[in-house]
Amino acid sequence: MVRSAAATAVHFTGVDMEAKLALLEFLLTNSDLQASARRAIDWLAAHAGVQQAVVAVAEPGAGPLLLVAEHGVSSAAIVDFALTRDDEGHPLVRAMLRSDPTYFDGSPMPFRVPIENLAFHAVPLRAEEDLSAHGLLLTSASGAEVHPDVTWIARMLGRQAARLQSRQTLAETRFGQERMLLYSIINAVTDPILLTDTEGKLIIANSHAEKLFAAPEEASEGWRRAAALNNMLFSAALSTSAVGMSEMSRRELLLVDPLEGSDLLFELLSSRAKDERQGTYVVSILRNVTDLARAKEEIEESYRTLRVAQAEVRDERHRLDLIIDSVADPILVTDQEGDIVLMNTPAERLFNAPGIDDEGTLRRVRANGANLTSFVSNVLTRSGEQRYRGEIQLGDPMTGRPLPVEAVAGTILSEQGELMWVVTILHDLTEAIEKARLYEQLKQASVELERKVQEATAELADQNELLRRQHIALEQASALKSQFLANMSHEFRTPLNAILGYTHMLLNNVTGPVSDPQRKSLTRIDSNSRHLLALINDILDITRIEAGRMPLNATSFGIGELFDEVQAELEPIIKRSNLAVTTKMRAGVPTVRSDRQKVKQIMLNLLSNALKFTPAGSVTMTASYDSKQKEIAIAVKDTGVGIPVEDQVKVFEDFRQLDSSPARGYGGTGLGLSICRRLAHILGGSIELESTAGKGSTFTLRLPAKARKR
Amino acid sequence: MKPASTTAREQPLVLVVEDYQDAREMYAAYLQFSGFEVAEAGNGIEAIDKTHELMPDIVLMDLALPRMDGWEATKRLKSDPRTRHIPIVALTGHALAGHAEGAREAGCDAFVTKPCLPDALVTEIKRLLDLHRPNAENAKDGARTPKASKKRS
Repeated sequence: MVRSAAATAVHFTGVDMEAKLALLEFLLTNSDLQASARRAIDWLAAHAGVQQAVVAVAEPGAGPLLLVAEHGVSSAAIVDFALTRDDEGHPLVRAMLRSDPTYFDGSPMPFRVPIENLAFHAVPLRAEEDLSAHGLLLTSASGAEVHPDVTWIARMLGRQAARLQSRQTLAETRFGQERMLLYSIINAVTDPILLTDTEGKLIIANSHAEKLFAAPEEASEGWRRAAALNNMLFSAALSTSAVGMSEMSRRELLLVDPLEGSDLLFELLSSRAKDERQGTYVVSILRNVTDLARAKEEIEESYRTLRVAQAEVRDERHRLDLIIDSVADPILVTDQEGDIVLMNTPAERLFNAPGIDDEGTLRRVRANGANLTSFVSNVLTRSGEQRYRGEIQLGDPMTGRPLPVEAVAGTILSEQGELMWVVTILHDLTEAIEKARLYEQLKQASVELERKVQEATAELADQNELLRRQHIALEQASALKSQFLANMSHEFRTPLNAILGYTHMLLNNVTGPVSDPQRKSLTRIDSNSRHLLALINDILDITRIEAGRMPLNATSFGIGELFDEVQAELEPIIKRSNLAVTTKMRAGVPTVRSDRQKVKQIMLNLLSNALKFTPAGSVTMTASYDSKQKEIAIAVKDTGVGIPVEDQVKVFEDFRQLDSSPARGYGGTGLGLSICRRLAHILGGSIELESTAGKGSTFTLRLPAKARKR
Repeated sequence: MKPASTTAREQPLVLVVEDYQDAREMYAAYLQFSGFEVAEAGNGIEAIDKTHELMPDIVLMDLALPRMDGWEATKRLKSDPRTRHIPIVALTGHALAGHAEGAREAGCDAFVTKPCLPDALVTEIKRLLDLHRPNAENAKDGARTPKASKKRS
């Protein structure tokens, strides 16, 4: 730091004075030239901004110049300095002879100067009254002009030298120079070095130690406090180490960096030195091991991290092994040579047979290995693909059972993209193949079933078609039958008509009188012909009903008038029967809308049946109306022979008369009731029978009051 | 141009049209026995010819006939002004529904179903002849033959 001299003078006027007085006081009380010189130079460094300074003193007369104090100068330069006053041509010797300072501008010179490569002033040390200088003060300079303090110091030192020279021997001066050299050496050491008393009180410290333990006057509060703390720590360290260690003690000492406030770790080497005059000293060398400790810590930390990482890797590996082993499928890892580097337990069973000497097993294990190797080499040749899938034929090493497996391989590449390993997982295909086989069988069976169903369906369709045709054929046959019966009954009637006609003519004496036996025979012919005619008519009726050729012809009529008509038509029979025939009309019987002719036919039939099968008693016809069902009921009740329960269904069947002998005396075709029932159905009604054998029967025709078209 | 024979005739003339000889002759014999004059025809064409030739008082017409059936013959006679007034009794063996309607549409005045006993036939003929007497001409349409011949068991 170079400051302007004028600025310093102005600024530090008051302080300057005080400092100068303090320095003068020191010089006056001090009898050691070297100490004086050092103090003076330090003062210059502090107050005049001198960066480098050297004080050289000379014996009176001729002789070498000795360096007694320096500031900011390398120790090498001090050691190399050699100058005698006899060398009169030397610029520094000449400068010493002058009364004014000599300026050297820093350009290279043919001799060595302690202040190297810098401009400097060489100021002779002389008091005003002195004829010759006692030495030289060399101070680095920033310009030709000399700082006033420098000349002032040179004068003060000159006076001091003159004052002390009479008392101080050269030897002392020489000793001083050696001491100075020692100082500079100590200062040159980068480790702090201290000389203390046994209490730790500082006697000598090099500049590095001073930084730690001595705070300069202008130091900050923090610096001073840190220095005080360091002193305390140091004293404490010394006192504890002094107990056990007689010669040399080595221990760690933690101090504070006064400038940065950070912790500094030192290794403290202290040894005692005994001096006859002064007593016991302690020499301490502090070696900064802060960085070392930090490095050690870091190494330990990395080591610990490494250990943890290793443990983790071990755990990971262990877990991986567990996982791989727990997979039921064999897993193998092979290197690029095709050699197995890792496999799980299931894989081991296939490719390694530990503890088994059986020749067959070993052979099969080798065969499996060969198969795997050829698969892996396939994978290796297909380096472009990440996944490779294939099938391998292996064998169970123990049993030799064929073991088809599906192999899925993946390649693991290094960061550089080189193929490192091939991971292969084998999957047992036995089950899959078996399943596929079963599935195939199932499919076959399903196809078979479907075929059978189709066949059956086709057959069913054929049968349906057949049935349909048969149905049509049957309908046609039925129609033909009806037509045939209709034709037949017509053809029957033509000759029958003639028979009846001629019989009638004979009986009416058209061809002349007939005898009684002839008449009897003719009567038999007549009655049998009529019976035959009735049969033919009934068959014709049934045929017409079944052929659907008897349509409903609905008109409105009263049941009462129908009763009258039926009675009138059967009048001859009623008369002949000697039975009491009555009719009853219950209240509320309405006019009926139905097929009058068919209703009448039914009533004629029921009444003639009742008359026919009732030897004595009565026949009653009753009409009633069920207003809820809107149904007319016509009941024909007789007191005749009756019908046993077991026969009550049969009487409605075709050609059924309970007594089927022709000589039964009741006549009729046996078709009447079956026709009545058919007619009742056409009308939307029914015929019911209630009867007790021997007590009579009641036939009831039920009809809707209004017949619906069917 | 009515033939003079109609009025000169003492007994009514019945033309029996029937292809089945036994039946035709049976009806003829019984009608003669009952006091009618009788003429016979075996088919429809013959029936028309005989009607024009003899101008009978009444025609007994079987419907099922060869060469020309009874319906056609009836239709022709009823559409001819010369023969339109002659009553025609249809004789049918088919009791099937529709025959009666067919006969009426063809112009028959009455019809009976075979088998028909000779005396029933005579009764029907007498009834029709009574209806067709000149003073009873307007009662023609009321003529009906009850189907009373059927017997039930």
